Parts: sequence; C-alpha cells; structure tokens
Amino acid sequence: MTALVFLEHHEGELEKGGLGVLARARAIGLDAAGVVLGSGVGEVGASAGGQVYVCDDPALASPLPQPRVDALAALVAQSGADTVLFAASVLAADVAAGLASRLGAGLNWDLTDLRLEGEELVGVRPALGDTVIADVTWVGAPRFGLVRSGAFEAPESSGDATVESFSATFEDFSTQARMLEQAHEEASGPSIEDADVIVAGGRGLGKPDNFALCEALAKELGGAVAATRAVVDAGWYPYSAQVGQTGKSVSPKLYVACGISGAIQHKVGMQSSGTIVAINKDPNAPIFDFADVAVIGDVEQILPKLTELVRARNA
Amino acid sequence: MKIAVCAKVVPDASAHKRLDPATFRLDRSGESTLNPTDVNAVEEALRLKEAHEGEVTVLSLGPPKAMEALRKALAMGADRAVLVSDDGAAGSDLLATTALLAAALERESADLVLFGQASSDADGAVLWAAVADRLRRPLISQVANLKLEGGELIGKRQTEFGYDVIAAPLPAVVAVSDAINEPRYPSLKGIMGAKSKPAETLSLADLGVDAAAAGEAGSRTKVLTLTPPAPRGDQVRIEDNGNAAEKIVAYLAERKLL
Amino acid sequence: MSRKRAGVAPEQYPPPFASGEVVAASSSAASDRIEVGVVIVGAGPGGLACAIRLGQLLEENPEVAERLGDVPVAVIEKGKQPGSHILSGAVVNPRALRRLFKDRLLMEDIPNYGKVHGEAVYVLTARGAWRIPPPPTMRNHGNWIVSASQLARFLGEQAESAGTAILPETSAERLLVQHGRVVGVRTGDKGRGRDGKPLPNFEPGTDVVAKVTVLAEGTQGHLTTAAIDHFGLHGRNPQIWALGVKEVWKVPRPLHKVIHTMGWPLRKSARYGEFGGSFVYPMGEDMVSLGFVVGLEYRDVELSAHDLLQEFKTHPKLLKILAGGERIAWGAKTITEGGLLSAPSRFNAPGLVLVGEGAGLVNVPRLKGIHYAVESGMLAAEAVFETLQPGETPTRLGALDRYDEALRSSWVWPDLDEVRNMRQVFDRGFFVGGALASAMIVSKGHLPPKDFPTHPNAAATLMRTGRARSYPPADGKLTFDKLSSVFASGNRTRDDQPNHLRIRNRVPRDVAEAWAWMCPAQVYEMGRSDGDGTVTVQMTPSNCVQCGAISAKGGRLTPPEGGSGPEYSLT
Repeated sequence: MTALVFLEHHEGELEKGGLGVLARARAIGLDAAGVVLGSGVGEVGASAGGQVYVCDDPALASPLPQPRVDALAALVAQSGADTVLFAASVLAADVAAGLASRLGAGLNWDLTDLRLEGEELVGVRPALGDTVIADVTWVGAPRFGLVRSGAFEAPESSGDATVESFSATFEDFSTQARMLEQAHEEASGPSIEDADVIVAGGRGLGKPDNFALCEALAKELGGAVAATRAVVDAGWYPYSAQVGQTGKSVSPKLYVACGISGAIQHKVGMQSSGTIVAINKDPNAPIFDFADVAVIGDVEQILPKLTELVRARNA
Repeated sequence: MKIAVCAKVVPDASAHKRLDPATFRLDRSGESTLNPTDVNAVEEALRLKEAHEGEVTVLSLGPPKAMEALRKALAMGADRAVLVSDDGAAGSDLLATTALLAAALERESADLVLFGQASSDADGAVLWAAVADRLRRPLISQVANLKLEGGELIGKRQTEFGYDVIAAPLPAVVAVSDAINEPRYPSLKGIMGAKSKPAETLSLADLGVDAAAAGEAGSRTKVLTLTPPAPRGDQVRIEDNGNAAEKIVAYLAERKLL
Repeated sequence: MSRKRAGVAPEQYPPPFASGEVVAASSSAASDRIEVGVVIVGAGPGGLACAIRLGQLLEENPEVAERLGDVPVAVIEKGKQPGSHILSGAVVNPRALRRLFKDRLLMEDIPNYGKVHGEAVYVLTARGAWRIPPPPTMRNHGNWIVSASQLARFLGEQAESAGTAILPETSAERLLVQHGRVVGVRTGDKGRGRDGKPLPNFEPGTDVVAKVTVLAEGTQGHLTTAAIDHFGLHGRNPQIWALGVKEVWKVPRPLHKVIHTMGWPLRKSARYGEFGGSFVYPMGEDMVSLGFVVGLEYRDVELSAHDLLQEFKTHPKLLKILAGGERIAWGAKTITEGGLLSAPSRFNAPGLVLVGEGAGLVNVPRLKGIHYAVESGMLAAEAVFETLQPGETPTRLGALDRYDEALRSSWVWPDLDEVRNMRQVFDRGFFVGGALASAMIVSKGHLPPKDFPTHPNAAATLMRTGRARSYPPADGKLTFDKLSSVFASGNRTRDDQPNHLRIRNRVPRDVAEAWAWMCPAQVYEMGRSDGDGTVTVQMTPSNCVQCGAISAKGGRLTPPEGGSGPEYSLT
C-alpha cells in the first residue's frame, strides 16, 4: 500500500511535523513517499530521505491550499497511492479537507497514532476534549489522515532522497485566491493558543510582580504566559491570558502551573496538556491530583533557579 | 449581497458530553446552542450586510430542535434560517456533511459563504475547505480580519508564522476565527422579531440529495472502538530541598521537552 | 419573644444600596422602548402560569387581545432559558396545575417522576435515626414528584404555544413608575466591563412598557422588594429566608419513598438559631434529589449550608441510599420563610401585581410553594384580564384589588393562614417550637392566640463554636467542595462584567467569615486584615449562583448581566 506524506516547508526548510509523519508511516510498514509542493523547491525535497515527489510550479509559490489540492489530486492519480497523510497546520488542514472532497474520500483528523492491522489502516484519535480515545478507520480508498501537531518525532537525519518531479494542471477557481502579503515571524513569543509551552501563574505567586518570574521562564522555554481567573479578577494579568472555563482552552506539550490550586474551573482549560508540572506550597492543592510532576515548594525559590538552568542548557 | 453562514448547533458546554456507546455518535440530546465561533461568523456576516446591503441566511444540519439555536442568529439580525434535518443524515462524516451543505448552499446561490473556525464537539473540523472545493470557489481560512473592497475580499489569515494577507474575488468561501470580532448581544427587539423571520426545514428529498450520499452510507470514515484514555502515568512527586529545579529539568530533558 | 442578644450582627453593616435606585421613570425616546400588553418578570411556575392563563383568556376573547398589540404577553427571564435558575425539591400538589391545564392536559402529560408512594420522617442523630409519624403538614399522599427546573421549561414551551413571547437572558433591572403607576420595566445592559465601562459590543437595556406588570421573581425578587418599599406594601413581620442546597444523584437502587429529616446535623438549642432539615426524594428509578435547608437566622459564623449537606450525606442512612451512585447536579437557592405575616399587606398597586414566592406565598411546614405560585399566577391573569376590558384600566387606583380579593377568597389563603405562626416559634428551639407547632396544627391555626413576630435574619448576633471541625473534607466522590459544585451547576458566567453583589467591603472579621461560610458558591473570601479588627472582603462574583442568601444576611444581590448564573436542568 503506497502512501504519500505532505511535507510542508517554510523559508527553505522542511517542517518537522511532516517529517515525523513520514517517519512513522514508514515505521508501521507503509511504502511512504514525501511530497513537496512549491516554486523553486528542488533543493528542499532532497533533505527528506527516501522517495520524494516534487511539483515545482509558480502556481504553488504562496502557501495557499487550493492549488495544492490540484497537485496532490494529480499525484494520487499518477502514482496510484491509496493513502495521503498530513501533519496538521493551518495550511495542511485545508489541503486535506479539500482533497478529501475532490476525491470523494474519507478524512480522519486529530490523529495521535497510526497502525496497520493487516491491510486495514487504523488511526487513533482523542475525542470529546481528550476524555475518550477512538480507533478510527476508512471506508474505501484513498484514505486521508491529518495527524495532530507534534504527534510523531522527526528523525535526526533522513539521508538522501530520491526525488521525482511531477506536474499538475490547476483549476481556475484554485488560483483565484492570491497572497498579497506573506506572514513574517512574530516579534513577540507565541500566542497562548499556539504555544507548545505555557507557564501559568495563579494566586500562589503571592503578588503581581511575581509574574515576572513566569515571564522569564517562558522566555527561556520559548513559550507563552497564562493566568488563572483569580489573578485576572484581581488585576494581576490581562484577561487575554486567562486559561480556564471562562477563558481559553489550551493543550500545549508542556504546562507549568505556578502557584495554581487547580480548581476545576481552571482544570478544564488545560487538562489535555501533554505534560503538567505543578509547583505549589500547599501539598493538598487539587492540581496535584492530576499533575505529572508535583512539586511541593515555593515558586519564588524554584522559578528563578529553573529559569537559570534552562538558560544554561540553551546556551 | 447574499451571505450564507454555515452554523453548527452543538451540545451546551455545561451539558455532559457523551458519545453514545452503541452508535459512537455524539449524544445531542443535551441543551443545544450555536457553536461559539459560528456566532463570530454570524456577527461578521451582519457587519458586512450593514456595510454593503444584503441578506444573511444562517444554515445548519441537525435534528429539528436545532432550529431553536438558529433563532439566536435571527435574533442577532440574520434574515432567514435554513435547517437541513433528516434521519438519513445522522452519522454523516466530513464527506457526507459536505455533500449536504453544498447542496443546500447551491440552493442559496450566496455570494459569500462564511464558516466559524472550529466546532467545539469535533475538534479540528475542516468543513469549509471541503465545501469550497465542492462549490469550486476560492477559499480564505483562519481569517482574523475581513474587508470587502471593490468586489474583492481581503482577509488577514492567521498562521503559525504570523499573518498573511490574502485576496479573493466573490463568490468565495471564508472561515473566520474567534479573534475576528466580538459578537453583538441580540437586542430585545431582535429576540422578539426572530419568531416571525422565515425558518425553513429541508429534508434530503427537498435538497435532491440521494440517501446514498448522506449519513453513514455517504461517509467514508468510521469509528471502530471507544476506550477510556490511558491514565496519565505515574506522578513524580518532588519536595523541594533546594534541588527541585534540577529535578524538574532532568525530568523534562529525559522526555525531550526542553 | 426571643431575647435580643448583644454582639456583632451583619445588619449593623448595611450594603451601599437603596431601594429607590431600582425605581425609575420611563425614558422618553421611543426608539429605546418596546411596547407589550402584559409584561411578566420571571419564567418560573408563577409567571408562566400567569402567561398561560392569559393566553387562554385572550384566545377566547380576540377583541381584548387585539387591544394588547403585536406582543400581548411577554415574559422576561434572566436565566438562559426558563428553568435555568429554578431549584426546588420538589413534591407538588397537582391541584393548581390541573386547573391550569383543565381539558387540555393531564398531570401525566406534565414532566414528572411519579406520585409519592410512601413517606418517612426521621429525627436524625449523628449515627442514628428515629422514625416519627409524618406530622399532618408533611403528608404527601396524592402529590407528584417533579424537577421544578424541568417543570418551568415545560411551562415555558406551553406559554410559547399559547402566544407568549419569552425573552431569556434578559434581566429586569428597574421598575418603571410614572405618576404613581407602574408602566413597565427596564431591562439590564449587556456588555459592560468589570469597571462598568461599555465594551465594544455594549447593548443598553430597553424600556419594556406595558399596561400591566406582573412580578413573579421568586425569592429575593429584585423589583418586588423595591415595589414593596415604594408603594408601602410591607407585611406585619420582616421577611425571613432559609437557604437550601441540593444535589441530584444517579443511583443504582431506586428509592421508594419521600424522606424528610430533622435534627442532626443541626443543633436543637434555641441559642444557635438553627432551624431546618433535609429532603430526599426519588426521581424515577435511577435518580435521587436531596437537599439541606437551614433558616438564615442561624448565629454560628462557621455555619455553611453547603457543608451541612456534605456532612448530612455521611449519615449511615444516606450512605446506603447513595452507595455506588454519582452526583450529576448541584444548586442552591433561598426559600422565603416568613409566611403570611411577612407577606405584603397588599399584592397589587396601580399597574402592578405580585405573584408566587416573591409575594411570600410559601407554606414552610409543608415545604410547598409551587402550587401557590401557579394558582396565584392564574388568579392574577384572571384579574388582569378583567381590567383590560373596555371601561376599565389596570392603572386605576384599586382596579387590581380584585386580585387581592380573589387570592384571599381562594384555597391558598386558609392554607397559609393556618400555618402563619409556625415558623416563628422555632425561635425557641426544636422542642418548644415543636410543641407550639403541634398546637397550631391541631387547632388549625387558632392557637396560639397572638401572632409571633420575626426578626430579620441579619439581626442574629454572631457566635463561634468551632462548627467547621465536623464538616467532612471533600473526597470528590461522596462529598464535594464549593468550586466543583459551582461548576456542576453549569455556571460559566462571563468574568468581565460589573460586580452585581453589594456589600460593605470592610467589615469585622466575624461578619466577613460568616459570609464566606454562608455562600454556597464561594463568592466571598477573607482578604487583607485592616488592623482595627476589620477585614476587606474579596469577591469572585462570577461564581454567584444567585441564591439570594447575601440579601438576607447584610448584603444585597442585584441581577447580573442577563444569561449569567447557573444553568439548572434537573434541580
């Protein structure tokens, strides 16, 4: 069974997400090839390892989804692939859904794992706010899967790739959307919704000034700073940073909860985080019921040391 | 200008969400409300209508009582509600839902089709891209700011890398994020007026959609099993003796979180 | 009469609030107004029965309906939908509902959990239970078990089919009075930030102008209290309240009888001022409704109705009922307890009628009020309808006296008259109170020969006994903390809005602590100590489930932004 894996790229480098999916696809026994689409991307495809298909066309210059649907549809037809996998991103999600519609195929999304059971491809995905795990599959072919961001690790190096070019024709409607201005890196850190790491502060910080400790740690970890309802109510931090039932819902890879008791109103906004590290003076704080790392101690003591150690590692 | 907003009616956040263990479908019998980001889409449609004259129709797919939730959109100022409701549509996946929505939208011949970014009960849904392909129209998604200038839409799309600015001519499909606006509260006059606005319920037959294209028959994915999630794993407990920071770093490094 | 004791009492620290703030003249801009025929405030059993009955009368009399305009009857409701803020036991006497739906529906068609099949009354001790014969006031043969919240939702649907416009998520903030007549209500603003400043989507309130205004606000009615003050309708005794906290549980074994308890965990001596008890009702085969009710004249700083309920559940009798079960709902609400002597002296004013619990129509010994709400709602509808005939107008002084007359000559009146003194005598503690109560029942209210006064709940001087030591810790399975309970009530009130609770912010430590323990939703917490024995009270208003307890104990609840608060569905 042949699979294609959409490899997104940015500023000349392949995104880790797609490489992770490609590695996993191969690991479970799929005959998987990467697909690189763009304009002037000959070099980019070479770093993927294994078989890579490349479509180099001006219509693909900007990271817009619809011309990519045309290109992938053409490749599926040409290569006879029966599976196409994507690492989730704003772009990839649109491409996957458009392609599923184009080819009348099934799309399962938010997958955290894949496996082959004989001939059947089975996907695993959490559902209902991560409270239940579903095994999902496809009816007929081709099969499309959108994998949750960061679910699979990219290999250290991929070795040399065998690159095969292909061409596609583009529908009129696919090229009607035009990029006027392409995004540049944001100067400030990631937003709470997108961050892979969040350092959150609650009343246990003791005083508003101590949010500076959270900010310093977040900076070293490349993350965002969040706050509980209690401290936002008290004016210590802005409402835009509030995580919880009446604030934002987040699920970063790492959530460091500083001086947060863990009442359910907060918990429901962050409980599906990958790893939860909670630092609190009170050994009976409810957050210790569900944290992965329960640190009983004073945030004022621990945070500066933690920040220093991370800074040293980064250097 | 005719604007169609595709809205999803979802179980209330306060109702217990559960999947029916027999059919693996979301139990929708709890209170029903408009998906929050779809309310942003309705608001954006109303702003465009106020700036450019036109008509706003809100469309949905669901059981008959979903019409009550659509009334909120009417109370905000939408002009018409259309609900596609048919037992044969139950259990539709992305593909089947796309077929139904596209059929309903073709009936509307709207210049602009708006979606809200994500639905709270099926995280990561990407309906708009599938519908755009089906309708053969340009698409702009993740829109945090939208303008209509000279018959062309200018949308600010929020990506992992920052903001793109994308232009697309009408007719088009746009998916808006919850950052785009702060939805208005319906006025009392709006709430009272909602009752008398046109509200249609359509069956598969009314849409001319074949039963084979809808529901489970029209779906190309299925759920095999549901299991409770694995427990989080053993908790590591650290009592700070001055070395908590080192232990945290060791834990995170081991798991490649640094 | 019980002794007035010296000491600190919450009433010594009144909130920054004046009833007069709630009454206003109608604003003149026509674009700000909506005109309806009859406006009813509150989509509970009283308000909706009024709406349904009006709908029936207007259907039979289209000429009158025509004169009421495009929207003959409108019901304003601050919750997300009818039932969202309704909480009760409840065992309902079907009499009034049967009259409301005569020839249209049977009691069986109204959502219910069956008739009462058996009952038991216990006096509890910490480990034991003495079964006593149900006092005559507690016999429930022929009555039906319902969820009051579901009942309200059902009545809302019926009212809509009868032509009523229901306006949910809308608070009634002001009573509009012009030239001594009530002309309608002003609804609350939406979209103000915590500092009171308008947010980008600010929507100002509207004047809803009507020929008649019916107030059916239930306990601690915001406009009702103001109307009573404005028109001088006070009853003989000050009004008093109890606070009830309830849970609904899914249970593996059905309960087959309706249970009431007295005694433990409350203390019997008069000096504690603890009057109340519990109820445990079956809800069908697989659910149970249980609640603990305590009069708000209690004196102990650490008394907490929520924690009393948690403690109550640890009794062996309750452990048996709840074993293997799961809590699926929680809520809290005050109950108007003053009886007829605290009820308004008149239930109407020009352009205004008061119905239901808001009008004090609750039978405390029988723990019933829903059927009075429904009956008074119907009587109000019938009286209002008559004043809408040609040749009469509801704003003529005395025009609505016919409502008072109808109420006083209905079965409601003797029911409540018989027990008008029963609550007050429990000032003297469980045993003396019990004896006096029995005398009342036997004599059908003729004994004792004089009427007993009540003291405002907030006058009770505070004391400390270390009560909190016996509250069980929250284990998340049988017993629960307040925050997770607020979550279970469905409350997800928008945080960034003005604080709707008025209290004196700096009060003696005892008062602040009493508020913190009292509030079932953990709104009040102890803040900074100010050195002179006072503390600053810290608040989380978005936790508030609008039970109204603070209004009885020295503060004032006003309606927050419409749509805020709990979303009860099973209570």
